[in-house]
Amino acid sequence: MVKVLLWGSLADLAGGAREVAVEAATLRELLEGLARDHPGLRPELERGVSVSIDGRIYNDSWFTPIGPESEVVLLKRLQGG
Amino acid sequence: MALDDSKKTREFKVVGTRPDRPDGIDKVTGRARFGADMVAPGMLTGRVLRSPHAHARILRIDTSRAEALPGVKAVVTRADFGAVPAHVADIMENCLAGEKALYDGHAIAAVAAVSASVARQALRLIEVDYEVLPHVTDVDEAMKPDAPVLHEGRQQETVPPGMSGNVISRCEFGHGDIEAGLKQADRVIERTYRTAATHQGYIEPHACLATMTADGQGELWVCTQGHYMVRNTCAAILGMDQGRLRVTASEIGGGFGGKTTVFLEPVALMLARKSGRPVRMVMSRSEVLRATGPTASTSIDVRIGMTKEGRITAGFAELRFQGGAWPGSPVGMGAMSGFAPYDLENVKTVGWDVVTNRPKAAAYRAPGAPMAAFAIESAIDELAHGFGLDPLEVRLMNGADEGTKSSYGPTYPAIGLKATLEAAKSHPHWTAPLGKNQGRGVACGFWFNFGGDTSVSLSVTPDGTVTLTEGNPDIGGSRAAMTMMAAEELGIPYDQVRTVIADTGALGQNEVTHGSRVTFSVGLATIAAARAAKAEMCRRAARVWGIDPDAVEWEDGAARPAGPNAGKFPPMTIRDIAAIAPKTGGPISGHHEVMAEGAGVSFATHMVDVEVDPETGATKILRYTVFQDAGKAVHPSYVEGQFQGGAVQGIGWALNEEYIYGEDGILQNAGFLDYRIPVASDLPMIDTVILEIPNPGHPYGVRGVGETSIVPPLAAIANAVSAAAGVRMTQLPMSPPRVLAAIQAGG
Repeated sequence: MVKVLLWGSLADLAGGAREVAVEAATLRELLEGLARDHPGLRPELERGVSVSIDGRIYNDSWFTPIGPESEVVLLKRLQGG
Repeated sequence: MALDDSKKTREFKVVGTRPDRPDGIDKVTGRARFGADMVAPGMLTGRVLRSPHAHARILRIDTSRAEALPGVKAVVTRADFGAVPAHVADIMENCLAGEKALYDGHAIAAVAAVSASVARQALRLIEVDYEVLPHVTDVDEAMKPDAPVLHEGRQQETVPPGMSGNVISRCEFGHGDIEAGLKQADRVIERTYRTAATHQGYIEPHACLATMTADGQGELWVCTQGHYMVRNTCAAILGMDQGRLRVTASEIGGGFGGKTTVFLEPVALMLARKSGRPVRMVMSRSEVLRATGPTASTSIDVRIGMTKEGRITAGFAELRFQGGAWPGSPVGMGAMSGFAPYDLENVKTVGWDVVTNRPKAAAYRAPGAPMAAFAIESAIDELAHGFGLDPLEVRLMNGADEGTKSSYGPTYPAIGLKATLEAAKSHPHWTAPLGKNQGRGVACGFWFNFGGDTSVSLSVTPDGTVTLTEGNPDIGGSRAAMTMMAAEELGIPYDQVRTVIADTGALGQNEVTHGSRVTFSVGLATIAAARAAKAEMCRRAARVWGIDPDAVEWEDGAARPAGPNAGKFPPMTIRDIAAIAPKTGGPISGHHEVMAEGAGVSFATHMVDVEVDPETGATKILRYTVFQDAGKAVHPSYVEGQFQGGAVQGIGWALNEEYIYGEDGILQNAGFLDYRIPVASDLPMIDTVILEIPNPGHPYGVRGVGETSIVPPLAAIANAVSAAAGVRMTQLPMSPPRVLAAIQAGG
């Protein structure tokens, strides 16, 4: 299981937990697992999120591996100028 | 791709030098072709009719008289486009209004005619019946329950019940216990800060030339930060296959985030489709200011507690950003970034995205971060000075480092914030004497940086020179940087490589030039493509020598036997190998396609001296120094240019620039005479100090540098002006009347 830190307003939509556990070995499995286990997160996930895995930020790389000890943080989708 | 070797410092031969820019001659001689420079046989001129109201229902549009005018070849309205996919629906509505005009300057209809004068005459013949509606342009007013509501049904699930429909979303970040942290403080301050909407102020207005053939093939020449984005967006709006629309990026006279979406382009293509003729559209400066994206205006509450020794015990900020007439202000990034420079046990930010009757905000260099930094860095500065503490020491005491859990969640790898602070502390600027009415300010800033879809191709020509093809418009010197990285990797001189920006038909998808991504992402792909070409050239040499390819290495532009056991063969240079390529297997090239990830975050510290005239409130910038981590500066002059440009745009944002709306919701200063950006005579030379803390996610350690430099200036200048004027400034811009009023109120 991978522990995922949610930002505050997302936690409200996942039953109040700031940290949730998801069965996932890749970024794709993580996003699918979050949507499956926490339906309240689906609208935000569909709008797009960024994910920090061990301090590196990923947007769309489905097959990025995630270890059970990885630090995983969901972030608002980043946009730059 | 990871850093090549994190254990030892690499000796670069080309990277880190300062060669002439490859586009320099064309730009100083006027030969470079920008958006409005392209012409086509039979070309028409397109013009846009814009709303004179801030908020109005469109009851009727009658274009018949315009269409009957001799010389008018096409007229389009929103109705010509029909239904569009959901992901481009707001963009479509911004390009041409549907049921409502949502801001002063909102596009209503467009014409294509044989001349500009006929087009202007045609616009006057278009009849529009409006039902004028109440409007709101201020973020705090728009959040009130009785405010006029722009849209129904757009509020997201994160917004508590009962709030105005203009409040689109809420976000929250942080960790720890704010109230418990504040109790540990010797002083807590609470302040409200406000910033005005400012425009990116690029010198070149939006412009494009569109062609559509009778069989539905389209071509577009356009000034943009991302021609692949233009292709994809326009194809979706016009219901075309992306492969049937070929988009070429012109040279670009600045973008700063403002050219990461479309405004004219779908309209020009529709006019071309209807008229059967090429259509060129060029915005006036007034149109740029009225109808293209400025950044958000903001209202921010801050509460920060500090011990008398300078330790921050808790930090809280509530940020309200209006992003114009559609959802999507950069409040989320402001909320994530504001406290990011600090290592805090208790930190929380709450952000609100709000819509108003203003043009839709577009990205502007580190979107959202400068405003958040202004508020938070001002409060930290006020606390530090209140305790008589050195503001740099306070920032060092609280500064984030490797292993810090950031305010937005992730734990930092190696970062350079403290290196910038140490450099600032030891710089002569910090101890230089100040005169009467003068003040010095410092502030820190953070930006995420990111990567994205990237595709490059590198070809070895038959004479052994190299062409590198990439798909991102060159905004800040990327052609030079890519040329340098290719030359470095291949071991050949800079002038043996030419980098070209390809059209959308030549390469795979390339993400827009934004997020400070290009030198990182395209550089990473360039290095990989060059390594692929090198590997192929080593294989060719191995076949010629009759040895195993693993026994060949590439060094200083030539294939060489890897060691004494490989045999004794004279080196084969890139020219030697290219000359016989037809006989050894054909053309030689390398390419690389990647979703680039691993862009390293970036930090900066800015230091500025100002003098405030107590009689007029006018502020003069006396001295300015930027300290920033670049990871690895590929072309230091361009890096310095990015640092300087960010500082200068920040100076404008801090001192003069603002969108001024009248009571009628009409923009009052839609021109550079009344919307005042800094000019050379306003500025001292901006000094720069480049720090190089390698990014572990790039072979050479490169980090993006284009955006971080605009994050600290608002706060640094506010801290300096406050020190010089003797009164704390909490609202931007700090224009002379506002500073004078504050001095008089304080005295």
